[in-house]
Amino acid sequence: MDPIMLSRIQYALTTIFHFFFVPLSIGLVLLVAIMETLYVVKGKEIYKTMAKFWGKLFLINFAVGVVTGILQEFQFGMNWSEYSRFVGDVFGAPLAVEALLAFFMESTFIGLWIFGWDRLSKKVHLACIWLVFVGTFLSALWILAANSFMQHPVGFEINNGRAEMNDFLALLTNGQLLVEFPHTIFGALMTGAFVVTGISAYKLMKKQDVEIFRKSFNIAIIIGLVSSFGVAFSGHFQAQYLVETQPMKMAASEGTWTTTEDPAPWTVIAAIDPDKQENSGEIKIPGLLSYLSYSKFSGSVQGMKELNAEYQQTYGPGNYIPPVRTTFWSFRIMIAAGGLMIVLALYGTLLAMRRKLEVAGTWFMRLMVFAISLPFIANTSGWIMTEVGRQPWTVFGYMTTEASVSPNVSAGQILFSTIAFTAAYTVLGIVMVYLFVREIKAGPHAVDKPEEHDESADPFGMDGGYSVVTK
Amino acid sequence: MNRPIRSAWMGGIPLSLSELWFLLIAVLFVGFFFLEGFDFGVGMSTGLIARSDRERRTLINSIGPFWDGNEVWLITAGGAMFAAFPHWYATLFSGFYLPLVVVLLALIGRGVAFEFRSKMKQQRWRKTWDIIIVVSSSLLPFLFGVVFATLMKGLPIDGEMQMRAGFLDIVNPYTVVGGLSVTLLCLVHGLLFASLRTVGDLRERALNMANKLMLPLAAILAVYAVMTYFMTDVFAVRGWALWIMVVLGAVSLGLAAYFVRHKREGWAFGMTGAVIAIAFASVFIGLFPRVMVSSFGSAFDLTVYNAASGAYSLKVMTIVACTLLPFVLGYQIWSYYIFRKRLNEQHHLEY
Repeated sequence: MDPIMLSRIQYALTTIFHFFFVPLSIGLVLLVAIMETLYVVKGKEIYKTMAKFWGKLFLINFAVGVVTGILQEFQFGMNWSEYSRFVGDVFGAPLAVEALLAFFMESTFIGLWIFGWDRLSKKVHLACIWLVFVGTFLSALWILAANSFMQHPVGFEINNGRAEMNDFLALLTNGQLLVEFPHTIFGALMTGAFVVTGISAYKLMKKQDVEIFRKSFNIAIIIGLVSSFGVAFSGHFQAQYLVETQPMKMAASEGTWTTTEDPAPWTVIAAIDPDKQENSGEIKIPGLLSYLSYSKFSGSVQGMKELNAEYQQTYGPGNYIPPVRTTFWSFRIMIAAGGLMIVLALYGTLLAMRRKLEVAGTWFMRLMVFAISLPFIANTSGWIMTEVGRQPWTVFGYMTTEASVSPNVSAGQILFSTIAFTAAYTVLGIVMVYLFVREIKAGPHAVDKPEEHDESADPFGMDGGYSVVTK
Repeated sequence: MNRPIRSAWMGGIPLSLSELWFLLIAVLFVGFFFLEGFDFGVGMSTGLIARSDRERRTLINSIGPFWDGNEVWLITAGGAMFAAFPHWYATLFSGFYLPLVVVLLALIGRGVAFEFRSKMKQQRWRKTWDIIIVVSSSLLPFLFGVVFATLMKGLPIDGEMQMRAGFLDIVNPYTVVGGLSVTLLCLVHGLLFASLRTVGDLRERALNMANKLMLPLAAILAVYAVMTYFMTDVFAVRGWALWIMVVLGAVSLGLAAYFVRHKREGWAFGMTGAVIAIAFASVFIGLFPRVMVSSFGSAFDLTVYNAASGAYSLKVMTIVACTLLPFVLGYQIWSYYIFRKRLNEQHHLEY
């Protein structure tokens, strides 16, 4: 096998797996923070129980996100060393800042939060979970700043055959980041919301801890509603930005081979033939692609054939068309899942507001349980569209994926690591789902153990803290 | 790129930004081994001194609030290397491909084991994760020790800055002794941390074990120092500076042994920490200004000058790091302060 293909497979697998957990962590930690805030403000134990229950699920999820994240950082150097050499100057900086600004914050305050329930005052303890949220949020910001550079390189010049940063602020005000960050964050909040509503719906159907899960549902569905609209709007802006900066990706995600008529119709589905460079069996909605691209019902959209000819003139001979089928279908799957979530969030909010959750009959509750899968489908297909659609580039217009790979790592080594990581991740995935289901079945009251009096002594005290406790 | 940019000062000594970043990365690694060193050691000790599930839990709880934050020192060191020395990062990480695969698997297994082990009460479940904790906590310091030893000894790095190391370049008597030294050092360091945070029988056992291991530790560190003298060029390059480190290291180790014998675990822990800091600082002192030594000759060495990022990038990063570091250190110290008390087995333990 070819090392480039293997490295790509490994990167895709490990990244998709990692990104299963990250959005859920961001979404869940916000909900836990809101619940604990309600506990501190209203002083009702029920909110503490809620925060502890969802917090437990968050911690299981967070652990997997953290350990799979380390691999992401290492992988750039291990599998993509030429990429790292070329862009380290620019791309490494946000990664370093992410560690310094976000990871330290997350890991320290999560430790304080888990072990500090009876050591910290209520308010300080609450501040800890909010700081964890801020940490996850900042982490997303910096990693997306790095990713945005790959999509739309800014703030650098080519020196000595490498990209060297010359404008840090440009990296942070990258237009790509400004559209990508809100879209991803709303997606993450939506993920947390749909997981919480789905699990709550399941428990409500079973009539277990009704009050806790009704409250959880109500809080989460509002976040779900706001974020699902946020995702849609930010997605729209992102598409428009795409037309300007990465027209090839846009054309591929629309399956547009030749430049469209004006106004451009939107292809709902099509059978795509990448060899003949044509589609068949298309169903189209007139004018919609123009609207998606320009927010008005006029204007044509460039096709892949024309763009490829243009790119060949700029970048030299080669094929600059990404895998069209993957890009086209992942885009549609993302939109379908997102649309479905908007509808569900709207209806769910309506029910919650009318206090008719349990009366609504089980069909909606069942649907919400099934809907737990939707944000994961949307998140994954969204990233597949973004990253596959950028091919053949790692840094758009500057470095191809083929040139990015480590020249000194053999196919055998990568095959070994791919198998090892896949096996480890499979075990991890199974264990984690199993533990999730267990915790959900056990319910929120399983976490409410009586807390014993803490009489531990201070080892830095006068007597070394030793004599007090040994009696 | 080869001309250092004089724009940072350390105690009156002008320092180029790339030299400053070398120093920062050295500090991050030293910090990582000092901190994660003890949680590796506590991880290993769960298999050595704990006699019941409750005791294992007490030990794990003693590092519970910290280990994740400690690991971020490694992630930050990696990120800083990526940003400040892209060639160092690329050559090192791609060159050590297979050892790093194992490192990653161990880090993954260890991280989730702490979280997963207590989620179920079944014996087999607990045992599985407990074994993973012991194995990964021993394997990681060993592998890091091996890798750092190879950095001092030199590796086949060609003119394209590509490292193509075979098995024997990485695993040989010198590096194995290096790996074992680091593992044993972390174990003693961790036992002392455990004795600092526990009471009664567990504390006694941790201290006893640390006491017993002092002599073997001194022996292997001495062997490693002698091997380093003969098998690397670091003493030739850095002469007196390294001799000072060796003397300081020996004194610290001696004091550690003295304090352990007198059951003053706080001081003893500080001293093993000093040994770790001195050992890893010596690696970076011995290397400087090289970051990776090529066994093909000094012309192929990676140095802080030819592996570094551009001046602008380093400047931005310096500003960011100097702004953030005080906060990071502040809340990390605060978290250690919050959890300064000893853990008693009878206490409610957070699972």
